[in-house]
Order: sequence, then structure tokens, then C-alpha cells
Amino acid sequence: MATKITPGESYGFFTDTSICIGCKACEVACKEWNQLQGNEPKFLADSYDNTGQLDAQNWRHVKFVDNVPAQSANAGNGQAFLMMSDVCKHCKHASCMEVCPTGAIIRTEFDTVFIQQDVCNGCRNCIAACPYSVIAMNQSTGTAHKCTLCYDRLQGGLEPACAKACPTQSIQFGPLADLQKAADVRLATLHSQGSTQAQLYGRDDAVYGGLNAFFLLMDKPETYGLPNADNAKLPSRNDIGGYIGAFVTAAIAVVGGIVAFRRRGTA
Amino acid sequence: MYLAAAEHFVRAPQWEWYILGYFFFAGLTGGCYALATLLRLVGDPRDEAAARLGFYASFATLIACPLLLTLDLGASWWKFWHMIINVTPGEGGLSFKYWSPMSVGAWALLVFGLFATVSAIEAFVLDRRDRSVAGDPSRPLGGILGRAFNLVGGVLGLFIASYTGVLLSVSNQPVWSDTWVLGGLFVASGLSGSAALMALMTRYRPQAAFTLGRLHQADGYFSVLELVLLVAFFITIIAAGTASRTLVWLPLWVLALVGIASSLVAGRGEMRIRRAAGEAVVARAGTSALVVSLLVLLGVLAMRAAVIFSAQ
Repeated sequence: MATKITPGESYGFFTDTSICIGCKACEVACKEWNQLQGNEPKFLADSYDNTGQLDAQNWRHVKFVDNVPAQSANAGNGQAFLMMSDVCKHCKHASCMEVCPTGAIIRTEFDTVFIQQDVCNGCRNCIAACPYSVIAMNQSTGTAHKCTLCYDRLQGGLEPACAKACPTQSIQFGPLADLQKAADVRLATLHSQGSTQAQLYGRDDAVYGGLNAFFLLMDKPETYGLPNADNAKLPSRNDIGGYIGAFVTAAIAVVGGIVAFRRRGTA
Repeated sequence: MYLAAAEHFVRAPQWEWYILGYFFFAGLTGGCYALATLLRLVGDPRDEAAARLGFYASFATLIACPLLLTLDLGASWWKFWHMIINVTPGEGGLSFKYWSPMSVGAWALLVFGLFATVSAIEAFVLDRRDRSVAGDPSRPLGGILGRAFNLVGGVLGLFIASYTGVLLSVSNQPVWSDTWVLGGLFVASGLSGSAALMALMTRYRPQAAFTLGRLHQADGYFSVLELVLLVAFFITIIAAGTASRTLVWLPLWVLALVGIASSLVAGRGEMRIRRAAGEAVVARAGTSALVVSLLVLLGVLAMRAAVIFSAQ
């Protein structure tokens, strides 16, 4: 797939979880290109997912969601592990970018969300804000790390490493409009095949104004650990309420202080 | 575990001991400045000694703030100034986002630091002058301008004491983002702790003994406010379905309540004494004042710890 990559256009990922086979090639390719040394290997004793989470060392994470019912299903009607290659969503309205006090988090010329490592000073406000648990601290650099959507590769006209490595095209990279069209076609196909539970996540603007890295899911977003449209809210929603609470309290406290400290007629 | 109303899939920011320390000292530096300003503006002339103590306390607790914040940055500590100056290539200028409490707070701390430092120096100069020239009424920052300076500093102080709570809420963290109460809770408890700290300091300054009872009385009012907000806090997080996260920190909440109770007992005792015997009996700085002050300060620390750790 030779996509011509032009600055000024919107790019993203369409991750189709219905054809993810859980091979983790994306995780490996990501680590290799971005020179992430990875965490100490761990055995989580919970499915085949031993990566566990997105963090400073894992910018792609194949999530294994145990969706197997306790009782065996009819032949041809079984359910299996849900597998989903999770990644930074590069939200249109990004919570991390909203709160970042240094301006380290920017939107690039490819419409992706990028943390400038030389500007970031490790305050971790973005970690408190990201509703997807994507960002984590790299203790050795003292900065926040996450998927860059291979910013350096895009600048060189190359597609991101994970999409290039994905053997099933579960991860597709391209101009956002093209990906959205492809996703609509894929969803219609799945629905016509009877997979009515299939749904797109982040394709429209219901969550964070739309996601540049959006997904086709085979179950509710919550099943995959993704907030649904009702819960996908920006941190700044609490600015006004928080400040009003503080202001009213401070005003009442000042009145209390005046009552306690005021001059009294002394004998 | 089922998440009822609010669902959170967020990672904790690992704001731990340094940030707890900062929140504690931010409450005290802002609160002490605000109380010192109030004493000077609406208080009795005999409150001036305690007001100066308040400015000293504000400055002393201020010093810890930037140190703790910088240490918390870890390996990037030397980039602390990126909070103020935008170093993004091609952008430059200043970093300021009114919608990000951390950004506003960095600026507020910088400006408030100036006010707290100037007022502490002024208090020092005045104290020296009082010792050398008896009764010299002129003040380097006297008059309308001086009062305005204290007033602006006091407002900034109240902001410093409260914005840390708003900062926690402006996130997607469980508990923190499920309530609007934290900013108010922090300023009420910061003022209560400040009154306790100043009460503690009056023990070592006989001229300030006049104000001791008034500080306890104010502390009582702040603690009533804090108690009301604490109830509101639990109502909001119970409604959001995240209250269970804070239950493990029950011992800290108990300490916080002990602090509030101490303030209330001292404040109530103060009112009774005043009603019974007038202002003359107020200066009964005994062991109880020391114990009360320490318990209140411990409560202020415990409350912040319980809030911070609830989300992580």
C-alpha cells in the first residue's frame, strides 16, 4: 500500500478488531522502529496478553478480552477472545493536549497528537487527563511517552511501523477520509453477515470530536476498556464548577475571618 | 467490580509525596497570607504582631512549594521553567492556558511568591524598627497602596490555597473528576491549617497573644465550612459510584475529622471564654493550644493525602 503522505492532510489508523489475530507483530514493529526497549517480561496468567497495558514502553498493545462464555455455545455460534490492537487515539479534542501546561503536546502537520520530548517537563498532567490510559512516564528521560503515529516516518513519506507490519490489515493507515469510507464498507459487510454487534468507535464525533485512530469493535466500547460516548468527556468540563466551588467557599471563609477578626469595642 | 455512573479507564499520574507536600504547603502559604491580610485590614491594632507572624509563616511555607514541584518533575527537573516560557520551536512567548489549572497555578505561584516575599520583608523591617525606635508609626508599605498590595496578595493567596483542588478535578481521574468540591475543600482546610499554624506561632511571640483566641475562633468557622464541604464531597462521589475507592484511606479520613473536631472544640471554647469573661482571658496559651494546632495541621495533611491517594 503506497500512500502518498502530504503535510496538511489528516492521517490516522483504522484498527479493525474483527480481523486481529493477536500476533503482536504491531507491538514488535513499534518497539523496533521507535527503539523502545520494553518492560521486563511478565507472565500475567490471564489470557495470552502479557503486555498488559499501553505505557512508556508499549505504544501498541494487543488487548485480549476474554469473551468466552462459561457454557459452550452451539456449533458455529461460539464466541472467542476479542483481540484489539490498542494505540493512542489521536483525538480531535485531546484531553492530554488540553491540560498540558508547557505546550509540549501539539497537533502535527499530519493532524496527529505528538509530545515534543524536548519541551515536556514531566509534570504528568496529561497522564491524569488521558481517558484511555495511553500516556506514561519514561523515568529515565523524565518525560511523558506515547505513540507518535510514527511522526518521523510520516515526515519521510513512510507509513507507521505497526500498520506496515500488520499481516491481516487489521491496522490500516491512510488519509482519514479514506479510512472512514473503508470502515463504513467493512461495517456494512459485517452487519450483512449477521455480526450485528459490530460497531465503529471514534468514526464520528461522538467521542472526543472523533478519533484519528478509530476502531471497529465486536462488542460495546466498555468491554474493551474504552469510555462510551456518555463518559468521554474533556477535563475542562470541571473548570467552572471547581472554580465556583472554590470562589464561594473562599468568599464565605473571608466573611468568617472578618467576623472573628473585626475590631470590637473593648472595655 | 461494576462502575455505576462514571466509568474510568485512566492511568494514575503518580502524583505522590512531593505533590502531597506541595498541596499542604500551598494551603498554608496562601492561607497564612490571606489571614494576615484580614488581620491587618479589619483587625484590631493589637493584631498587627500576629499579622506579621502570618506573613513570616506564609513566606516560610512558600519556599517549600517550588522546591517540591521541581523535585516532582524527576529527571526533567531542570525544565521547570517550561511552565512559564513556551520553548516549542517557532512559537516562543509565554505558556499560559486559562483552562488548565496547572498552567494558571504556575503563574499564580510566581506572582504570589513576589507578594509573599515583599510582605515578609516588610514585616521584618517593621519588627526591627519597632525594636529600635519605639512607636514609629510610619510603614514602608503603609497607606492605601500598602493595603491594596496586601489585598491583591491575599486574593492570590486564596487562589493558591484552592486551585490545587480544581487542578485535581480538571482531569479524567476517578474521585477527583467526579466532584466539584475539592477547590473549596482545600481552601477551607488550608485556612483552618493556617489559623492553627499562626496560633502555634503566637506561643513564641508574647505581643501576638492577643490574637490567639481570634485565630481559634476563625479556625472554628473554617472548620464548619470544611465539614459541610466534606459531606458534599462524599455525596458527589457516592453519586458517581467511586466512593469505594476512598474507603481504603479511612484512617486518613479519621485523622482529617480529628483535625476538624479539634478546631471546632478550640473555636467553641474560645467563644465561651469570650462570652463569660471578655477579651481579657483570651491569652491562655497553654498546652491545649499546642496540641490543637498540631492535630489541625495533621488533619490538613491527612485530608489531602486521602484525596490524592483515592485516585491512584
